[in-house]
Amino acid sequence: MKDQIVLRVIAKLFIPFILLFALYVQFHGDYRPGGGFQAGVIFAAAFVLYTLIFGLEAAKKVAKPNLVQVLVAVGVLLYVGTGIMGILLGGNFLDYNVLDHHDPVHGQHLGILLIELGVGITVASVMITIFFSFAGRGQS
Amino acid sequence: MIHLLDIILLTFMVIIAFTVVRLHNLFAAIVLTGIYSLLSASVFTILDAVDVAFTEAAVGAGIATILMLGTLALTSAEEKVQQGKIIFPLMVVILTGAVLIYGTLDMPQYGDPKAHIHQHVAPRYIIESPEEIGLPNMVTSVLASYRGYDTLGEVTVIFTAGIGVVLLLGRSRRNKSKEKDER
Repeated sequence: MKDQIVLRVIAKLFIPFILLFALYVQFHGDYRPGGGFQAGVIFAAAFVLYTLIFGLEAAKKVAKPNLVQVLVAVGVLLYVGTGIMGILLGGNFLDYNVLDHHDPVHGQHLGILLIELGVGITVASVMITIFFSFAGRGQS
Repeated sequence: MIHLLDIILLTFMVIIAFTVVRLHNLFAAIVLTGIYSLLSASVFTILDAVDVAFTEAAVGAGIATILMLGTLALTSAEEKVQQGKIIFPLMVVILTGAVLIYGTLDMPQYGDPKAHIHQHVAPRYIIESPEEIGLPNMVTSVLASYRGYDTLGEVTVIFTAGIGVVLLLGRSRRNKSKEKDER
């Protein structure tokens, strides 16, 4: 679809806003509907749109497959790491109260922010990876 | 008013479900399942489950449809019509449906405050979470903090799915290109 000028221009215009909306959903999940899962999917949707318009090769230059595959694991590790942090600071696994030794509520906020980030990273990179695999399969 | 909306949305969902079963064009079937997801997201919104509706709209109507279309590009867009007896499968489906409907007879009324699910841990979450966790969105408090283990399991499932696809699809392509090099 590289020759479709309308699609290209509109996609270029929309992609930054899709990414921004994904970040908003990610970090505003504490206050409004949303969270890591939805944000990850929306973030991946921007890359899917980019791939559909500009082709797989161009998209792979933006989101390097090797890096994305590493990020798949990074998200889960961030989640588990937050949990283990709780053990190291003297609490239970995934106990956020101990993350901030002044105020347990702040610890909860920090813990939730971190694990939601982990969820978002894993979901976004898994979706991008799956889409790349499927799209790449069609070409070869 | 809400009841009327419910009836309209659910009627559309039933119509779409039957259409998907009858259609042999898989492209149209996938698009219709996307619309089905969007309708169920609307139903979730009416039920005040906005977080679930958000997920359904993003995953069910969005990414899942795209991935199914991506799969379709690798296969054919027409279903292979299977010749054979449909009586037995039909009986199984009708029987399963009847059992499921029989099961719903035992369920509490929608919104019943005395239902078991509202008596167990929910009151504690509602009363304690503003002070314990202090987030306005209680769904996030439950998902990320009280039920952190469950969410960890969920993320692990997604992780496993991603790794599985990489191992199955990514690896075989690399092998093919290696084979080409060897030739």
